[in-house]
Amino acid sequence: MTWALVFLALIMALVIGYLLSQTINRQPWLADDPLENRPSGMPQSILPSKLGLGVLLAVITSMFGLFFSAYVQRMELADWSRVQEPSVLWINTVVLVLASIAMNQALRGARRDDVRATRRALIAAGVLSFAFLVGQLVAWGQLRDAGFYMRGNPAAAFFYLLTAIHGIHLVGGLWVWARTSNRLRGVDKVGEFRLSVELCTVYWHFLLLVWLFLFALLLNT
Amino acid sequence: MAYVAIADRDDPHAMHHPKSFVTRYIWSQDHKVIAIQYSLIAIAVGLVALVLSGMMRLQLGFPDTFSFIDPADYYQFITMHGMIMVIYLLTALLLGGFGNYLIPLMVGARDMVFPYMNMLSVWVYLLAVIVLMASFFVPGGPTGAGWTLYPPQAILEGTPGASWGIILMLVSLAIFIVAFTMGGLNYVTTVLQARCRGMTLMRMPLSVWGIFMATVLGLLAFPALFVSAVMMTLDSLIGTSFFMPAIVSLGETESYDGGSPILFQHLFWFFGHPEVYIVALPAFGIVSDLLSTHARKNIFGYRMMVWAILAIGGLSFVVWAHHMYVSGMNPYFGFFFATTTLIIAVPTAIKVYNWVLTLWRGDIHLTVPMLFSIGFIFTFVHGGLTGLFLGNVVVDVPLSDTYFVVGHFHMVMGVSPILVIFGAIYHWFPKITGRMYNDSMGKLHFWLTLLGTYSIYLPMHYLGILGVPRRYFAMGTTDFIPDSAQAMNAGITVSAIIVAVVQIVFIVNMAWSVFKGKKSGGNPWRATTLEWQTPQTPPEHGNWGEKLPVVYRWAYDYSVPGAKEDFIPQNEPPEAGVIAGREHGVEHS
Amino acid sequence: MAIAVVLILLVVGSVIFHFWSPWWFTPIASNWGMIDDTVNLTFWVTGIVFVLVNLFMAYCIIRFRHRKGNKAAYEPENKKLEIWLTVVTSIGVAAMLAPGLLVWAKVVTVPEGAMEVEAVGQQWAWSYRYPGKDGVFGTTSIKFVTAKNPFGVDPGDPNGQDDVLVDGKHMHLPMGQPAKLLLRSKDVLHNFTVPQFRVKMDLVPGMVSYIWLTPTRTGQFDVLCEELCGLAHFAMRSKVVVQEQRDFDAWLATQPTFAGATERMEPDLASGQAAYAVCSACHGVQGEGNPVLNAPKLAGLNSWYVEQQLKNYKSGARGYHEEDIYGRQMAPMANTLVDDRAVANVAAYIATLPERRVSDTIIGNTRRGKDLYRTCATCHGGEGDGIWSTHAPRLKNMDDWYLKRQLENFKSGVRGSHPQDPYGQQMVLMAPVLGDEQAIDDLVAYLGVL
Repeated sequence: MTWALVFLALIMALVIGYLLSQTINRQPWLADDPLENRPSGMPQSILPSKLGLGVLLAVITSMFGLFFSAYVQRMELADWSRVQEPSVLWINTVVLVLASIAMNQALRGARRDDVRATRRALIAAGVLSFAFLVGQLVAWGQLRDAGFYMRGNPAAAFFYLLTAIHGIHLVGGLWVWARTSNRLRGVDKVGEFRLSVELCTVYWHFLLLVWLFLFALLLNT
Repeated sequence: MAYVAIADRDDPHAMHHPKSFVTRYIWSQDHKVIAIQYSLIAIAVGLVALVLSGMMRLQLGFPDTFSFIDPADYYQFITMHGMIMVIYLLTALLLGGFGNYLIPLMVGARDMVFPYMNMLSVWVYLLAVIVLMASFFVPGGPTGAGWTLYPPQAILEGTPGASWGIILMLVSLAIFIVAFTMGGLNYVTTVLQARCRGMTLMRMPLSVWGIFMATVLGLLAFPALFVSAVMMTLDSLIGTSFFMPAIVSLGETESYDGGSPILFQHLFWFFGHPEVYIVALPAFGIVSDLLSTHARKNIFGYRMMVWAILAIGGLSFVVWAHHMYVSGMNPYFGFFFATTTLIIAVPTAIKVYNWVLTLWRGDIHLTVPMLFSIGFIFTFVHGGLTGLFLGNVVVDVPLSDTYFVVGHFHMVMGVSPILVIFGAIYHWFPKITGRMYNDSMGKLHFWLTLLGTYSIYLPMHYLGILGVPRRYFAMGTTDFIPDSAQAMNAGITVSAIIVAVVQIVFIVNMAWSVFKGKKSGGNPWRATTLEWQTPQTPPEHGNWGEKLPVVYRWAYDYSVPGAKEDFIPQNEPPEAGVIAGREHGVEHS
Repeated sequence: MAIAVVLILLVVGSVIFHFWSPWWFTPIASNWGMIDDTVNLTFWVTGIVFVLVNLFMAYCIIRFRHRKGNKAAYEPENKKLEIWLTVVTSIGVAAMLAPGLLVWAKVVTVPEGAMEVEAVGQQWAWSYRYPGKDGVFGTTSIKFVTAKNPFGVDPGDPNGQDDVLVDGKHMHLPMGQPAKLLLRSKDVLHNFTVPQFRVKMDLVPGMVSYIWLTPTRTGQFDVLCEELCGLAHFAMRSKVVVQEQRDFDAWLATQPTFAGATERMEPDLASGQAAYAVCSACHGVQGEGNPVLNAPKLAGLNSWYVEQQLKNYKSGARGYHEEDIYGRQMAPMANTLVDDRAVANVAAYIATLPERRVSDTIIGNTRRGKDLYRTCATCHGGEGDGIWSTHAPRLKNMDDWYLKRQLENFKSGVRGSHPQDPYGQQMVLMAPVLGDEQAIDDLVAYLGVL
């Protein structure tokens, strides 16, 4: 549980630290003119949807942190035996990195209000992400052919489980991606869709980070 | 105006006002309607759990009398009772119900930040409830593994509902967690982003603080339940060995090997202990507001109360293994977890002191919400103090798995939050419906509920000290339990049935008052918080009419010296009233 | 106002209840008096807080209740008071925690030279293992567990050969001797609890947990399972007998060792057949039973069950009740079998008798019987074939009149309430599920169509 705890300590420190930076230590019963009150909310640059995504990512991180904690604890038990990671995972990792870079390009395009560049980069990111998912399926096939099933080998069971959970999150992202790309068709200004692109980009980077972490964990155990 | 992100962009006409009955009351995105939907579903499913507990009590009070309750039924009843009450009633009602209703109104927002997701949340919650209820109708019935669902037994044949019931339970929990997350994103974001002008964090009523912190805990802790549910489902359906060691069950050697049941317990209680505070913190917050309003006095030590909520929230993540002192985990963990657990008692005690000190030198109106709040302090003090027994590892050992535990947790997270919920429903009923409840029925409801529940749970502690184990279908004969214990059990059952029946008074009162109650006016309690200052009662969609309120003061300006009235609403500008403190020098640094 | 009076009454009532109710710790029988002391200390500290807080609240309600013209004081906070309260609370908490941790340090530290006993839990029975003369337990593994080796002791481990196995009987402990109880489960979580010992711990499959204690009082105490372990959780009982060292040694010497356990020897069918001649007078040559003589069908019964029952008859654990007329007849008959070996032989012979269909004599509603059988099926198996690990005999195609009489006997305690018959005691706890005679008839009728 150490991992989960470290993560939670960070989150709680963040929450409490943020609250501390607010007016928490003032004497609230002293009535003031509202305009005299110093900052009470988030800086304006953070929109509710960005904050919402941030909270969602914290929840997802908590979940992965707990999966990792369970993984590490299960690893300490007697019957643990290593799984030979399928080599295709290296290619998948590169593909996912590229997808993330493409997302970044899309965001840059959106910031410039360049619809064509945005759409192109966005589609590239989506295709690369699909390729990653296909690659993950190939990895599953390789692992199965090597004789590792969910039954019988806990390391393999965790491998399938964690990659599946990660993949499902990517699929969820692709759904939003599909909606965004679809809406970008036939508009000549990125305008209001910039936010969607921005959120997608954050989410993709986050999933890349989770994958790198997960991959490192799988490789080292 | 960097600090009023939403308020500055406010446009009351931009809201999608519903046009038909269906969009107004069913597929509604109005947080108030969603709150009522959440509450009604939670109360309905809670009534099912109440009936289940009545059945259990019949068996315990009068064993061998009711042949329609066999051991499998009994274990299924206790499991479903526990899970429904903790998750589907308390969590859903306090956060989905009160959280939804109160947050936007109390912080001066028009609605939740993501209304569509909020609507999805309640329907996904309903789906979770339906899946859970479906387990009553599948082969083998619902799971009888105890609400903690410990493997290996939860998925082995010797336990009722080990094939269908447990899977439906796990699936339902996973769905519930999705629903909760959708709601939780809203609550957190709304509190942080949608407060009206002038509503600094430290001007928020404690109800919002409690619900906010509970939501943060829930968002971080529910994933642990999700993780354990997913892994147990795989153990059951695919035959993985995450939690399952090698075993011979009922003469058959199972194909599992190497897993750890204790790993499940760690994950479960990593969720399970914060869950206690997910239920308790909203109740703490709400009761603070009820006490302050009805005692016409500011909540004592507001800043300390906020600090205590934060401290309890933070500490609640490092105490989970106090549920596992006798689980077979490394016994040296006991030192750490006993210490952290007893430390958490300090901020909790401070909250209790401050509630009582709020009454001190107050002007106490013994209204129905006030009675329930006082009842809450009494039961919570009792339940909190018995928690000091169970948190202290060596004291816990003789008492764990006995009726002492049952008495303790029902007192602290059954009766106490329920009393607050009742008090809160009575308190906000005039705002929700525009009508007053029937006072006599409310008082009858209070008296029988308080005295009834206390006479149920006080004796249970002593049965536990005697050594009567929990989760026993029948005690049979032992060499240490006197016959008087059985007589007491019968008495407890009678009390339990009375308490259960009395809830009909509550339901009748609510149902009657919605249509026939006296008109209440917008602010019958003469309260300061924003929800009582809405232009309409009940508040319409969008809450505030043309203009968002502006807040000039904290939520507790009651009996301010020099003021005309004994309360000053939060949105009343200072020049009209008196700038509290400054004039009278009530300043404590 | 009424609420203040009620609060005072509740506080006074709780205190009176605390001191005068008859329910308190069972008299202690181990060295863990220190645990009781910490519990008592906690009661005092928390009790004082309980009384003070609630009485103060009652005072406030009386003194500051609303009357015309009253106005509340305005006092947002009082730092001094709050700090003071925090400090006092912290001291109170520390006063409970510190002694608690000191005692816990003792609980987790097993003294040198403690004797070791293993308690093995399974659904829903206890069994015990002593390390034997060499003082070392043989290793165990789930993969060795069979009907003939219920403890799962490694047959190849020399340390295990002299392990003393106590299956289906009481645990014994010598007085005044520190004992470390090793706790092992074969299936699900269980919890080894003796209320008089105060300490308890879960049994977790896949690992061995422990507690230690020194018995300080001779006598018999209930062993309970206190971790929900399935349908018959409440029926998972046993007893621990604390006796003087001398008596303990004498008892231990009479218990079978792993190497000498009869289950693991090949039975001698020929001598079993010879011994069966006595039985055949009533039960028939083919074990087909004879209702006129009240002798039930034996053919088809599992040999471990027949063996267990014959031993019970011999020891008086069955047929002890004066109303159990036919059971009492069996006692002298069973005594014609001189030792466990002879019992095993005749049981093995009975298991070879040919199966024949019994005739139904009881009419009942089989649909309702099926519902009722749900409870029974957990131990006796969905098809009523019996399960060795739960010691639950076969019920399928057995004489219905006999089953009915036994169920009635279990309900009334005529059978199964003897302390040496743990599986019978489980039936005493289970049989009340059958509310009335009709329920018994329905169940038995259902068993007839299995």
